[in-house]
Amino acid sequence: MKQIRSILFLSILLSLMLLPLQSMAAHHGVEGELNISEIVLGHLSDDYEWHIATYEGKTISIPLPIIVRSSATGSWTFCMPETLPKNFFFDGAHHGKIYEKMPDGTTTRPLDLSITKTVAQIWIVVFVLLGIFGYCTRWYKNKDEKSAAPRGFVGAMEMIVMTINDEVVKSSIGEKHYKRFAPYLLTVFFFILTANLIGLIPIFPGGANVTGNINITLFLAVCSMIAINLFGNKEYWKDIFWPNVPVLLKAPVPLMPVIELFGVFTKPFALMIRLFANMMAGHAVILSFTCVIFLGWSMGVGFGLGLNAFSIIMLLFMNCLELLVAFVQAYVFTLLSAVFIGLAHQEHEG
Amino acid sequence: MENLPSILTPDFGLLFWMLIAFLVVLFCLTRFGFPVIIKMVDERKEYIDGSLSKAHEASERLAHIKQEGEALLQEAREQQAKIMKEAATTRDSIVGQAQEKAQEESARIISEAKKQIEMEKQSAIREIRAQVVELSVQIAEKVLSENLSSDKAQMALIDRLLDDVSQNESKA
Repeated sequence: MKQIRSILFLSILLSLMLLPLQSMAAHHGVEGELNISEIVLGHLSDDYEWHIATYEGKTISIPLPIIVRSSATGSWTFCMPETLPKNFFFDGAHHGKIYEKMPDGTTTRPLDLSITKTVAQIWIVVFVLLGIFGYCTRWYKNKDEKSAAPRGFVGAMEMIVMTINDEVVKSSIGEKHYKRFAPYLLTVFFFILTANLIGLIPIFPGGANVTGNINITLFLAVCSMIAINLFGNKEYWKDIFWPNVPVLLKAPVPLMPVIELFGVFTKPFALMIRLFANMMAGHAVILSFTCVIFLGWSMGVGFGLGLNAFSIIMLLFMNCLELLVAFVQAYVFTLLSAVFIGLAHQEHEG
Repeated sequence: MENLPSILTPDFGLLFWMLIAFLVVLFCLTRFGFPVIIKMVDERKEYIDGSLSKAHEASERLAHIKQEGEALLQEAREQQAKIMKEAATTRDSIVGQAQEKAQEESARIISEAKKQIEMEKQSAIREIRAQVVELSVQIAEKVLSENLSSDKAQMALIDRLLDDVSQNESKA
């Protein structure tokens, strides 16, 4: 993680260093100005259409269905971005999200269940996951325990599933309680892993930023929080509200209970921020290095060639690193969730 | 909120679809995905463990059987040797007994034959002697009828003479 942060820092430093040059180039009026931070954020954020490329001023994109419920009338609207009714508009001040003009002249955010780019990407992840596991479980259909272990892809999936099940879930939660949580933790692992990996594909069926969106990690963290706290045993709650510390620390002023209670929320919060920041940063770095190519060419052939070579090498390196990070982050999220669940099921020592 | 990038702002629609999608994945994989794989792996593990212990047992049993077979063979060999020895002694004893019996029998037959011969001889001698006496008496009656005063003295004389004669005969 430190590596990613340092690379992110380096890239920001680099872009800062190049900023005067860029403005100088713009000053000469060679090309239209490149706003790297806008490009990067634009690629990271959600959208009502799936942008693929812009070719000679024309935007090639896949339109996605919009589903909104009007706050004024309460009726549902299903449409495409081009055929949005007049009472709705894309509000540039609110990240281009759909807003509604109310009859009294004010604007509000309607209930928006549109299939946005991120939602579409989530469903692609869902279908990829179901396809992979459908394929794997079909192998097991006509087999019994006497047949040889699977080879190839099914064997690899079996190995990964059993590694997570045995080495992460079982060893963290314990033999007694792990069976109840194993399906959730395995699902979380494969969902995050698949979303991360598909997010690394630069064009259409992938590339959308799913796990680098705070809503997704928030949802996953809330799920983990529920899994941790809902099934916590008496020992766990006693440690929170009446921990084993000198009475003065908990009796008149409940200092330790407050800290412990705070910890209940900081644990999933850390899960949320860790996954979000790592995936977002990875995407941002890759996008930044891609932008450096265009930046270089906007400054002339010499800069273009030099920065091109540099960017391509760095892009290759970053993509390899991101492959690793995609796995590591899924693993870490699952492992820490399992460890926290295990802490909530600790038996009394001695 | 407006200053934050959109990836950091909460979005209800996204959360809603994430919930639906995640529940679909969770439901499908929990029902049809993971349990199939985990169950199969556990069953396979159990089967392999069972097979290993079974193989262990079988090899142990085989070694046991081998040992048993060897012991049986050894015993059979011993039995055989014993029987052979017994047979040899029995044969020897039977042969010895038969020989003994045969010897006894032959000795008995020989002694009986000897006795018979002796008896025959005695009776023959006696008969001959009686005949000789009678003949001698008749001859002597005829030859020396007057010279003899009494029958008794004559008979004693004749006996003595005959003894001499028979002694002479046997000497001859």
